[in-house]
Amino acid sequence: MVKGKVVALDGAKAVAEAMRQMNPDVVAAYPITPQTEIVQTFSQFVADGKVDTEFIPVESEHAAMSACVGAAAAGGRVQTATTSAGMALMWEVLYVAASTRLPIVMHFVNRALSAPLNIHCDHSDSMGARDAGWIHLFAENAQEAYDNAIQSVRIAEACMLPVLHTQDGFIISHGVERLQILPDQAVKDFIGTYKAEHPLLDTDHPIMVGPVDLPDFYTEHKRQQVDAMEKAPQVIRRVGQEYGTLTGRTYGLVEPYKLDDAEVAIVVLGSTAGTSKVVVDALRGKGVKAGLLKLRAFRPFPAQEVAVALRDKVAVAVLDRSMSFGGQGGPVFLETCAALYNGGGRARAINYIYGLGGRDTTPDQIERAFQEILNISTPGKAPVDADQSERGRQSPG
Amino acid sequence: MAKQPGWKDIPIGGLILEGGTAVKYETGSWRSNRPVLDKNKCTNCMLCWVFCPDSAIVVRESKMLGYDLEHCKGCGICARECPVKAITMVEETKFREGSNG
Ligand code: SF4
Ligand code: SF4
Repeated sequence: MVKGKVVALDGAKAVAEAMRQMNPDVVAAYPITPQTEIVQTFSQFVADGKVDTEFIPVESEHAAMSACVGAAAAGGRVQTATTSAGMALMWEVLYVAASTRLPIVMHFVNRALSAPLNIHCDHSDSMGARDAGWIHLFAENAQEAYDNAIQSVRIAEACMLPVLHTQDGFIISHGVERLQILPDQAVKDFIGTYKAEHPLLDTDHPIMVGPVDLPDFYTEHKRQQVDAMEKAPQVIRRVGQEYGTLTGRTYGLVEPYKLDDAEVAIVVLGSTAGTSKVVVDALRGKGVKAGLLKLRAFRPFPAQEVAVALRDKVAVAVLDRSMSFGGQGGPVFLETCAALYNGGGRARAINYIYGLGGRDTTPDQIERAFQEILNISTPGKAPVDADQSERGRQSPG
Repeated sequence: MAKQPGWKDIPIGGLILEGGTAVKYETGSWRSNRPVLDKNKCTNCMLCWVFCPDSAIVVRESKMLGYDLEHCKGCGICARECPVKAITMVEETKFREGSNG
Protein backbone atom coordinates (compact mmCIF):
# COMPACT_ATOMS: atom_id res chain seq x y z
CA MET A 1 0.00 0.00 0.00
CA VAL A 2 1.33 3.45 -0.87
CA LYS A 3 1.10 6.41 1.45
CA GLY A 4 -1.27 9.06 0.19
CA LYS A 5 -1.01 12.74 0.91
CA VAL A 6 -3.82 14.32 2.91
CA VAL A 7 -5.13 17.45 1.22
CA ALA A 8 -8.13 19.77 1.46
CA LEU A 9 -9.86 20.04 -1.91
CA ASP A 10 -13.36 20.34 -3.26
CA GLY A 11 -14.61 17.50 -5.45
CA ALA A 12 -14.04 19.38 -8.69
CA LYS A 13 -10.44 20.20 -7.89
CA ALA A 14 -9.84 16.68 -6.59
CA VAL A 15 -10.88 15.31 -9.99
CA ALA A 16 -8.80 17.92 -11.84
CA GLU A 17 -5.85 16.78 -9.71
CA ALA A 18 -6.52 13.17 -10.74
CA MET A 19 -6.59 14.30 -14.39
CA ARG A 20 -3.23 16.04 -13.95
CA GLN A 21 -1.80 12.84 -12.51
CA MET A 22 -3.26 10.74 -15.35
CA ASN A 23 -1.98 13.15 -18.02
CA PRO A 24 -4.45 12.12 -20.77
CA ASP A 25 -3.49 12.52 -24.44
CA VAL A 26 -6.49 14.66 -25.30
CA VAL A 27 -9.07 16.59 -23.26
CA ALA A 28 -11.80 18.27 -25.30
CA ALA A 29 -14.24 20.39 -23.33
CA TYR A 30 -16.46 23.42 -23.64
CA PRO A 31 -14.82 26.10 -21.51
CA ILE A 32 -17.86 28.24 -20.62
CA THR A 33 -21.10 27.82 -18.61
CA PRO A 34 -22.38 25.22 -17.78
CA GLN A 35 -18.84 24.03 -17.15
CA THR A 36 -17.38 23.19 -13.76
CA GLU A 37 -14.16 23.94 -11.99
CA ILE A 38 -12.86 20.57 -13.19
CA VAL A 39 -12.10 22.01 -16.61
CA GLN A 40 -11.12 25.42 -15.26
CA THR A 41 -8.54 23.85 -12.94
CA PHE A 42 -7.31 21.38 -15.50
CA SER A 43 -6.88 24.02 -18.21
CA GLN A 44 -4.66 25.91 -15.77
CA PHE A 45 -2.49 22.78 -15.48
CA VAL A 46 -2.29 22.76 -19.28
CA ALA A 47 -1.36 26.45 -19.42
CA ASP A 48 1.28 25.94 -16.71
CA GLY A 49 2.85 23.08 -18.66
CA LYS A 50 2.13 20.54 -15.92
CA VAL A 51 0.63 18.03 -18.38
CA ASP A 52 1.35 17.03 -21.98
CA THR A 53 -2.35 16.93 -22.81
CA GLU A 54 -3.69 18.39 -26.04
CA PHE A 55 -6.50 20.55 -24.63
CA ILE A 56 -9.19 21.41 -27.18
CA PRO A 57 -11.49 24.21 -25.98
CA VAL A 58 -14.33 23.55 -28.42
CA GLU A 59 -17.35 25.69 -29.32
CA SER A 60 -20.04 23.48 -27.74
CA GLU A 61 -20.48 20.24 -25.83
CA HIS A 62 -21.71 18.56 -29.01
CA ALA A 63 -18.31 19.46 -30.45
CA ALA A 64 -16.56 18.41 -27.23
CA MET A 65 -17.89 14.88 -27.41
CA SER A 66 -17.32 14.78 -31.17
CA ALA A 67 -13.67 15.76 -30.70
CA CYS A 68 -13.38 13.09 -28.01
CA VAL A 69 -14.80 10.50 -30.41
CA GLY A 70 -12.29 11.50 -33.09
CA ALA A 71 -9.34 11.54 -30.71
CA ALA A 72 -10.30 8.20 -29.14
CA ALA A 73 -10.78 6.63 -32.58
CA ALA A 74 -7.33 7.93 -33.47
CA GLY A 75 -6.03 5.85 -30.56
CA GLY A 76 -5.56 8.37 -27.75
CA ARG A 77 -6.45 8.28 -24.08
CA VAL A 78 -9.25 10.82 -24.04
CA GLN A 79 -11.23 12.61 -21.34
CA THR A 80 -13.79 15.38 -20.99
CA ALA A 81 -15.89 17.00 -18.31
CA THR A 82 -19.33 18.55 -18.27
CA THR A 83 -22.56 18.90 -16.32
CA SER A 84 -26.28 19.64 -16.70
CA ALA A 85 -27.28 21.26 -20.03
CA GLY A 86 -23.75 20.57 -21.28
CA MET A 87 -24.50 16.87 -21.27
CA ALA A 88 -27.88 17.50 -22.87
CA LEU A 89 -26.07 19.12 -25.81
CA MET A 90 -23.75 16.08 -26.09
CA TRP A 91 -26.73 13.78 -26.41
CA GLU A 92 -26.36 12.50 -29.96
CA VAL A 93 -22.63 11.92 -29.65
CA LEU A 94 -22.87 10.10 -26.31
CA TYR A 95 -24.44 7.24 -28.25
CA VAL A 96 -21.78 7.45 -30.96
CA ALA A 97 -19.01 7.19 -28.33
CA ALA A 98 -20.56 4.14 -26.67
CA SER A 99 -21.60 2.38 -29.87
CA THR A 100 -18.20 2.92 -31.46
CA ARG A 101 -16.79 1.33 -28.27
CA LEU A 102 -14.43 4.17 -27.41
CA PRO A 103 -13.05 4.16 -23.85
CA ILE A 104 -13.60 7.88 -23.21
CA VAL A 105 -13.78 9.04 -19.58
CA MET A 106 -16.21 11.79 -18.65
CA HIS A 107 -15.66 13.56 -15.34
CA PHE A 108 -19.18 14.60 -14.49
CA VAL A 109 -21.00 16.81 -11.99
CA ASN A 110 -24.72 16.23 -11.46
CA ARG A 111 -26.79 19.38 -11.80
CA ALA A 112 -30.40 20.20 -12.66
CA LEU A 113 -31.73 20.76 -16.17
CA SER A 114 -33.76 23.83 -17.17
CA ALA A 115 -36.48 25.12 -16.95
CA PRO A 116 -36.91 26.99 -14.69
CA LEU A 117 -33.21 27.76 -14.67
CA ASN A 118 -31.38 26.06 -11.84
CA ILE A 119 -27.71 25.23 -11.43
CA HIS A 120 -27.83 23.04 -8.32
CA CYS A 121 -27.58 19.35 -7.59
CA ASP A 122 -30.05 17.01 -9.26
CA HIS A 123 -29.46 13.70 -11.04
CA SER A 124 -31.76 14.41 -14.02
CA ASP A 125 -28.87 15.20 -16.34
CA SER A 126 -26.93 11.93 -16.20
CA MET A 127 -30.08 9.87 -15.55
CA GLY A 128 -31.42 11.06 -18.89
CA ALA A 129 -28.40 9.44 -20.52
CA ARG A 130 -28.67 6.17 -18.63
CA ASP A 131 -29.52 4.21 -21.77
CA ALA A 132 -26.80 5.70 -23.97
CA GLY A 133 -24.42 2.80 -23.36
CA TRP A 134 -22.03 4.43 -20.88
CA ILE A 135 -20.93 3.02 -17.54
CA HIS A 136 -22.16 5.33 -14.73
CA LEU A 137 -20.40 5.50 -11.36
CA PHE A 138 -21.55 7.68 -8.44
CA ALA A 139 -19.46 9.13 -5.61
CA GLU A 140 -20.47 9.82 -2.01
CA ASN A 141 -17.77 12.42 -1.36
CA ALA A 142 -14.67 14.07 -2.84
CA GLN A 143 -12.46 11.11 -1.95
CA GLU A 144 -14.66 8.75 -3.93
CA ALA A 145 -14.83 11.21 -6.84
CA TYR A 146 -11.01 11.28 -6.95
CA ASP A 147 -10.79 7.49 -6.64
CA ASN A 148 -13.48 6.91 -9.28
CA ALA A 149 -11.72 9.25 -11.72
CA ILE A 150 -8.60 7.08 -11.63
CA GLN A 151 -10.42 3.75 -11.75
CA SER A 152 -12.63 4.93 -14.63
CA VAL A 153 -9.72 4.91 -17.07
CA ARG A 154 -8.92 1.28 -16.29
CA ILE A 155 -12.56 0.23 -16.41
CA ALA A 156 -13.18 2.02 -19.72
CA GLU A 157 -10.15 0.50 -21.41
CA ALA A 158 -10.84 -3.01 -20.14
CA CYS A 159 -14.51 -2.91 -21.21
CA MET A 160 -14.04 -0.81 -24.34
CA LEU A 161 -16.94 1.30 -23.10
CA PRO A 162 -16.99 4.98 -22.15
CA VAL A 163 -17.29 5.72 -18.43
CA LEU A 164 -19.07 8.62 -16.80
CA HIS A 165 -18.19 9.05 -13.14
CA THR A 166 -20.10 11.68 -11.30
CA GLN A 167 -20.31 13.72 -8.13
CA ASP A 168 -23.17 15.74 -6.67
CA GLY A 169 -23.12 19.34 -7.88
CA PHE A 170 -22.04 21.89 -5.25
CA ILE A 171 -22.50 19.44 -2.35
CA ILE A 172 -19.36 17.59 -3.46
CA SER A 173 -18.03 19.65 -6.37
CA HIS A 174 -17.82 22.88 -4.34
CA GLY A 175 -17.51 21.53 -0.80
CA VAL A 176 -13.93 21.42 0.48
CA GLU A 177 -13.19 18.08 2.10
CA ARG A 178 -10.23 16.28 3.52
CA LEU A 179 -9.05 13.51 1.23
CA GLN A 180 -6.00 11.47 0.37
CA ILE A 181 -4.36 11.77 -3.01
CA LEU A 182 -1.86 9.28 -4.38
CA PRO A 183 1.72 10.09 -5.39
CA ASP A 184 1.87 10.94 -9.12
CA GLN A 185 3.95 7.86 -9.89
CA ALA A 186 1.42 5.55 -8.20
CA VAL A 187 -1.37 6.91 -10.42
CA LYS A 188 0.82 6.54 -13.48
CA ASP A 189 1.62 2.94 -12.59
CA PHE A 190 -1.99 2.12 -11.75
CA ILE A 191 -3.40 3.32 -15.08
CA GLY A 192 -0.40 2.06 -17.11
CA THR A 193 -0.19 2.84 -20.80
CA TYR A 194 -2.98 2.45 -23.31
CA LYS A 195 -2.55 0.92 -26.72
CA ALA A 196 -5.65 1.05 -28.88
CA GLU A 197 -6.26 -2.15 -30.80
CA HIS A 198 -7.32 -0.47 -34.03
CA PRO A 199 -6.14 3.17 -33.99
CA LEU A 200 -7.33 5.18 -36.96
CA LEU A 201 -3.89 6.78 -37.25
CA ASP A 202 -2.19 3.46 -37.95
CA THR A 203 -1.94 4.08 -41.69
CA ASP A 204 -0.29 0.72 -42.30
CA HIS A 205 -3.56 -0.91 -41.27
CA PRO A 206 -6.30 1.32 -42.68
CA ILE A 207 -9.74 0.91 -41.08
CA MET A 208 -13.11 2.57 -41.32
CA VAL A 209 -14.81 4.03 -38.24
CA GLY A 210 -18.51 4.83 -38.12
CA PRO A 211 -19.78 3.34 -41.40
CA VAL A 212 -23.45 2.92 -42.20
CA ASP A 213 -24.90 -0.12 -40.41
CA LEU A 214 -28.19 -1.22 -41.92
CA PRO A 215 -30.67 -3.81 -40.58
CA ASP A 216 -28.33 -6.68 -41.48
CA PHE A 217 -25.78 -5.89 -38.72
CA TYR A 218 -27.12 -3.11 -36.45
CA THR A 219 -28.65 -5.59 -34.02
CA GLU A 220 -25.38 -7.55 -33.85
CA HIS A 221 -23.51 -4.41 -32.82
CA LYS A 222 -26.11 -3.67 -30.12
CA ARG A 223 -25.78 -7.27 -28.93
CA GLN A 224 -22.03 -6.74 -28.56
CA GLN A 225 -22.70 -3.68 -26.38
CA VAL A 226 -25.01 -5.76 -24.18
CA ASP A 227 -22.24 -8.31 -23.83
CA ALA A 228 -19.72 -5.63 -22.85
CA MET A 229 -22.12 -4.26 -20.20
CA GLU A 230 -22.71 -7.76 -18.87
CA LYS A 231 -18.97 -8.23 -18.43
CA ALA A 232 -18.46 -4.78 -16.88
CA PRO A 233 -19.36 -5.73 -13.25
CA GLN A 234 -16.43 -8.17 -13.15
CA VAL A 235 -14.09 -5.47 -14.42
CA ILE A 236 -15.41 -2.83 -11.99
CA ARG A 237 -14.89 -5.25 -9.08
CA ARG A 238 -11.42 -6.30 -10.23
CA VAL A 239 -10.23 -2.72 -10.70
CA GLY A 240 -11.83 -1.73 -7.36
CA GLN A 241 -9.98 -4.57 -5.60
CA GLU A 242 -6.68 -3.64 -7.15
CA TYR A 243 -7.23 -0.01 -6.18
CA GLY A 244 -7.95 -1.22 -2.65
CA THR A 245 -4.66 -3.06 -2.51
CA LEU A 246 -2.94 0.16 -3.53
CA THR A 247 -4.81 2.61 -1.32
CA GLY A 248 -6.70 0.68 1.34
CA ARG A 249 -9.97 1.90 -0.22
CA THR A 250 -11.64 -1.02 -1.99
CA TYR A 251 -14.59 -0.48 -4.33
CA GLY A 252 -17.36 -2.66 -5.73
CA LEU A 253 -20.69 -1.97 -7.38
CA VAL A 254 -22.62 -1.40 -4.15
CA GLU A 255 -21.74 -0.56 -0.57
CA PRO A 256 -24.00 -2.07 2.10
CA TYR A 257 -23.98 -0.22 5.43
CA LYS A 258 -25.29 -1.99 8.54
CA LEU A 259 -27.53 -3.92 6.19
CA ASP A 260 -27.05 -7.57 7.15
CA ASP A 261 -29.53 -7.72 10.03
CA ALA A 262 -31.55 -4.67 8.98
CA GLU A 263 -35.34 -4.95 8.65
CA VAL A 264 -35.74 -1.70 6.77
CA ALA A 265 -33.32 -0.08 4.40
CA ILE A 266 -32.71 2.96 2.27
CA VAL A 267 -31.33 2.69 -1.27
CA VAL A 268 -29.55 5.77 -2.49
CA LEU A 269 -26.83 7.17 -4.75
CA GLY A 270 -24.30 9.94 -4.18
CA SER A 271 -23.78 12.33 -1.31
CA THR A 272 -27.11 11.54 0.38
CA ALA A 273 -25.64 8.14 1.27
CA GLY A 274 -23.42 10.04 3.74
CA THR A 275 -26.42 11.79 5.33
CA SER A 276 -28.27 8.47 5.47
CA LYS A 277 -25.40 6.75 7.30
CA VAL A 278 -25.69 9.33 10.10
CA VAL A 279 -29.40 8.56 10.37
CA VAL A 280 -28.82 4.80 10.33
CA ASP A 281 -26.33 5.20 13.19
CA ALA A 282 -28.81 7.30 15.18
CA LEU A 283 -31.64 4.81 14.62
CA ARG A 284 -29.38 1.89 15.54
CA GLY A 285 -28.66 3.76 18.78
CA LYS A 286 -32.40 3.66 19.47
CA GLY A 287 -32.57 -0.06 18.69
CA VAL A 288 -34.14 0.30 15.23
CA LYS A 289 -32.81 -2.23 12.72
CA ALA A 290 -32.12 0.26 9.96
CA GLY A 291 -29.60 -0.20 7.13
CA LEU A 292 -28.43 1.37 3.92
CA LEU A 293 -27.58 0.17 0.43
CA LYS A 294 -25.46 2.68 -1.43
CA LEU A 295 -25.21 2.14 -5.17
CA ARG A 296 -21.88 3.03 -6.70
CA ALA A 297 -22.63 1.71 -10.18
CA PHE A 298 -25.92 2.67 -11.78
CA ARG A 299 -24.92 1.38 -15.24
CA PRO A 300 -24.42 -1.51 -15.32
CA PHE A 301 -27.15 -1.77 -12.69
CA PRO A 302 -25.98 -4.25 -10.02
CA ALA A 303 -29.28 -6.14 -10.04
CA GLN A 304 -27.97 -9.29 -8.46
CA GLU A 305 -26.26 -7.51 -5.56
CA VAL A 306 -29.36 -5.41 -4.97
CA ALA A 307 -31.66 -8.42 -5.01
CA VAL A 308 -29.48 -10.39 -2.59
CA ALA A 309 -28.92 -7.42 -0.29
CA LEU A 310 -32.61 -6.49 -0.04
CA ARG A 311 -34.63 -9.64 -0.50
CA ASP A 312 -35.09 -10.42 3.21
CA LYS A 313 -35.96 -6.85 4.19
CA VAL A 314 -39.50 -5.96 5.26
CA ALA A 315 -39.52 -2.64 3.45
CA VAL A 316 -37.15 -0.39 1.56
CA ALA A 317 -37.23 3.30 0.72
CA VAL A 318 -35.63 4.13 -2.62
CA LEU A 319 -34.41 7.71 -2.95
CA ASP A 320 -34.35 9.34 -6.38
CA ARG A 321 -32.84 12.72 -7.11
CA SER A 322 -34.58 12.89 -10.50
CA MET A 323 -38.02 12.38 -11.97
CA SER A 324 -39.25 10.11 -14.69
CA PHE A 325 -42.33 12.05 -15.70
CA GLY A 326 -45.21 9.76 -16.44
CA GLY A 327 -43.20 6.76 -15.28
CA GLN A 328 -43.89 4.68 -12.21
CA GLY A 329 -41.16 6.26 -10.12
CA GLY A 330 -37.61 7.54 -10.37
CA PRO A 331 -34.96 5.54 -12.22
CA VAL A 332 -33.35 4.09 -9.07
CA PHE A 333 -36.76 2.97 -7.83
CA LEU A 334 -37.70 1.29 -11.09
CA GLU A 335 -34.40 -0.57 -11.31
CA THR A 336 -34.56 -1.61 -7.66
CA CYS A 337 -38.13 -2.89 -8.02
CA ALA A 338 -37.20 -4.87 -11.12
CA ALA A 339 -34.18 -6.34 -9.32
CA LEU A 340 -36.34 -7.29 -6.33
CA TYR A 341 -39.07 -8.80 -8.48
CA ASN A 342 -36.68 -10.80 -10.65
CA GLY A 343 -34.68 -11.87 -7.61
CA GLY A 344 -37.77 -13.21 -5.87
CA GLY A 345 -37.67 -10.57 -3.11
CA ARG A 346 -40.72 -9.76 -1.03
CA ALA A 347 -39.63 -6.40 0.33
CA ARG A 348 -42.15 -3.62 -0.08
CA ALA A 349 -40.61 -0.66 -1.82
CA ILE A 350 -41.56 2.99 -1.67
CA ASN A 351 -40.10 5.81 -3.71
CA TYR A 352 -39.04 9.24 -2.52
CA ILE A 353 -38.13 11.97 -4.97
CA TYR A 354 -35.81 14.28 -3.07
CA GLY A 355 -33.41 17.17 -3.40
CA LEU A 356 -34.51 18.40 -6.82
CA GLY A 357 -32.70 21.51 -8.01
CA GLY A 358 -30.36 21.35 -5.03
CA ARG A 359 -32.94 21.47 -2.23
CA ASP A 360 -31.29 20.35 0.99
CA THR A 361 -32.00 16.85 2.21
CA THR A 362 -31.72 16.77 5.97
CA PRO A 363 -31.25 13.89 8.41
CA ASP A 364 -34.80 14.63 9.68
CA GLN A 365 -36.26 13.86 6.29
CA ILE A 366 -34.30 10.63 5.97
CA GLU A 367 -35.45 9.66 9.44
CA ARG A 368 -39.05 10.34 8.46
CA ALA A 369 -38.60 8.08 5.42
CA PHE A 370 -37.36 5.35 7.75
CA GLN A 371 -40.39 5.94 10.01
CA GLU A 372 -42.73 5.58 7.04
CA ILE A 373 -41.21 2.32 5.85
CA LEU A 374 -41.32 1.00 9.41
CA ASN A 375 -45.06 1.68 9.35
CA ILE A 376 -45.69 0.18 5.96
CA SER A 377 -47.99 -2.75 5.86
CA THR A 378 -49.55 -2.18 2.47
CA PRO A 379 -47.88 -0.59 -0.51
CA GLY A 380 -48.38 3.14 -0.29
CA LYS A 381 -47.61 6.17 -2.26
CA ALA A 382 -45.06 8.58 -0.87
CA PRO A 383 -45.37 12.33 -1.11
CA VAL A 384 -43.63 13.65 -4.21
CA ASP A 385 -41.23 15.69 -2.12
CA ALA A 386 -40.87 15.34 1.60
CA ASP A 387 -40.12 19.00 2.02
CA GLN A 388 -43.06 20.01 -0.13
CA SER A 389 -45.45 17.88 1.88
CA GLU A 390 -44.13 19.53 5.00
CA ARG A 391 -45.03 22.90 3.58
CA GLY A 392 -48.54 21.80 2.78
CA ARG A 393 -49.11 20.30 6.20
CA GLN A 394 -51.31 22.05 8.74
CA SER A 395 -49.17 23.17 11.59
CA PRO A 396 -50.61 21.91 14.86
CA GLY A 397 -52.02 24.69 17.02
CA MET B 1 -27.52 -17.13 -49.49
CA ALA B 2 -24.47 -17.71 -47.31
CA LYS B 3 -25.10 -17.50 -43.57
CA GLN B 4 -24.40 -14.00 -42.23
CA PRO B 5 -21.73 -13.75 -39.53
CA GLY B 6 -23.13 -13.42 -35.98
CA TRP B 7 -22.38 -10.84 -33.26
CA LYS B 8 -19.36 -12.77 -32.06
CA ASP B 9 -17.82 -12.90 -35.52
CA ILE B 10 -17.74 -9.21 -36.43
CA PRO B 11 -15.39 -6.43 -35.17
CA ILE B 12 -16.79 -4.37 -32.29
CA GLY B 13 -17.96 -0.79 -32.64
CA GLY B 14 -18.95 -1.15 -36.29
CA LEU B 15 -15.33 -0.95 -37.40
CA ILE B 16 -14.38 -2.17 -40.84
CA LEU B 17 -10.85 -3.50 -40.57
CA GLU B 18 -9.73 -2.70 -44.08
CA GLY B 19 -9.58 0.38 -46.27
CA GLY B 20 -11.17 1.24 -49.59
CA THR B 21 -14.36 -0.72 -48.99
CA ALA B 22 -16.72 2.01 -50.22
CA VAL B 23 -16.19 0.70 -53.75
CA LYS B 24 -18.10 -2.44 -52.77
CA TYR B 25 -21.20 -0.42 -51.98
CA GLU B 26 -22.91 0.54 -55.21
CA THR B 27 -24.70 3.84 -54.91
CA GLY B 28 -25.38 4.34 -58.60
CA SER B 29 -28.97 3.14 -58.28
CA TRP B 30 -29.78 6.19 -56.13
CA ARG B 31 -29.28 8.45 -59.17
CA SER B 32 -32.21 10.31 -60.69
CA ASN B 33 -30.08 12.61 -62.89
CA ARG B 34 -27.10 11.46 -64.89
CA PRO B 35 -24.11 13.69 -65.71
CA VAL B 36 -23.33 13.78 -69.43
CA LEU B 37 -19.96 15.04 -70.67
CA ASP B 38 -19.36 17.15 -73.74
CA LYS B 39 -15.79 16.13 -74.62
CA ASN B 40 -15.44 19.03 -77.03
CA LYS B 41 -15.84 21.57 -74.25
CA CYS B 42 -13.83 19.75 -71.56
CA THR B 43 -10.38 21.23 -70.84
CA ASN B 44 -9.35 18.40 -68.45
CA CYS B 45 -8.97 20.88 -65.61
CA MET B 46 -9.94 18.14 -63.10
CA LEU B 47 -12.18 20.36 -61.01
CA CYS B 48 -15.00 17.83 -61.31
CA TRP B 49 -12.65 15.11 -60.04
CA VAL B 50 -11.76 17.28 -57.04
CA PHE B 51 -15.36 18.04 -56.16
CA CYS B 52 -17.10 14.71 -56.82
CA PRO B 53 -18.08 13.37 -53.36
CA ASP B 54 -18.23 9.79 -54.63
CA SER B 55 -14.93 9.56 -56.54
CA ALA B 56 -17.04 8.77 -59.57
CA ILE B 57 -15.09 10.80 -62.14
CA VAL B 58 -12.96 8.43 -64.19
CA VAL B 59 -9.56 9.86 -64.99
CA ARG B 60 -6.66 8.24 -66.81
CA GLU B 61 -3.40 9.92 -67.75
CA SER B 62 -4.71 13.36 -66.76
CA LYS B 63 -7.74 12.99 -69.01
CA MET B 64 -11.33 13.19 -67.83
CA LEU B 65 -12.88 10.09 -69.41
CA GLY B 66 -16.38 10.00 -67.99
CA TYR B 67 -18.24 8.58 -65.02
CA ASP B 68 -18.30 5.48 -62.87
CA LEU B 69 -22.06 5.07 -63.07
CA GLU B 70 -22.10 2.28 -60.49
CA HIS B 71 -21.15 4.86 -57.87
CA CYS B 72 -22.27 8.25 -59.27
CA LYS B 73 -25.30 9.35 -57.19
CA GLY B 74 -26.23 12.10 -59.62
CA CYS B 75 -25.77 14.94 -57.17
CA GLY B 76 -24.85 17.40 -59.93
CA ILE B 77 -21.91 18.96 -58.13
CA CYS B 78 -19.56 18.28 -61.08
CA ALA B 79 -21.95 20.02 -63.48
CA ARG B 80 -22.22 22.99 -61.16
CA GLU B 81 -18.45 23.29 -60.67
CA CYS B 82 -17.27 22.73 -64.25
CA PRO B 83 -15.93 26.12 -65.32
CA VAL B 84 -16.67 25.56 -69.03
CA LYS B 85 -20.13 23.99 -68.61
CA ALA B 86 -19.01 20.72 -70.19
CA ILE B 87 -21.35 18.66 -67.98
CA THR B 88 -25.12 18.53 -68.30
CA MET B 89 -27.44 16.71 -65.92
CA VAL B 90 -30.00 14.62 -67.80
CA GLU B 91 -32.95 12.83 -66.23
CA GLU B 92 -32.17 9.15 -65.74
CA THR B 93 -35.54 8.10 -67.16
CA LYS B 94 -34.46 9.44 -70.55
CA PHE B 95 -31.79 6.72 -70.74
CA ARG B 96 -33.90 3.96 -69.23
CA GLU B 97 -36.88 4.52 -71.51
CA GLY B 98 -34.60 5.02 -74.47
CA SER B 99 -36.77 8.00 -75.37
CA ASN B 100 -35.41 10.67 -77.63
CA GLY B 101 -36.61 13.56 -75.48
S1 SF4 C 1 -23.14 13.85 -60.40
FE1 SF4 C 1 -22.20 13.94 -58.37
S2 SF4 C 1 -21.65 11.83 -57.94
FE2 SF4 C 1 -22.01 11.92 -60.14
S3 SF4 C 1 -20.03 12.33 -61.03
FE3 SF4 C 1 -20.99 14.31 -60.72
S4 SF4 C 1 -20.28 14.97 -58.72
FE4 SF4 C 1 -19.85 12.78 -58.86
S1 SF4 D 1 -14.59 20.27 -64.60
FE1 SF4 D 1 -15.37 20.34 -66.68
S2 SF4 D 1 -13.63 20.95 -67.88
FE2 SF4 D 1 -12.81 20.32 -65.92
S3 SF4 D 1 -12.31 18.18 -66.25
FE3 SF4 D 1 -14.36 18.22 -65.43
S4 SF4 D 1 -15.68 18.21 -67.23
FE4 SF4 D 1 -13.65 18.74 -67.91
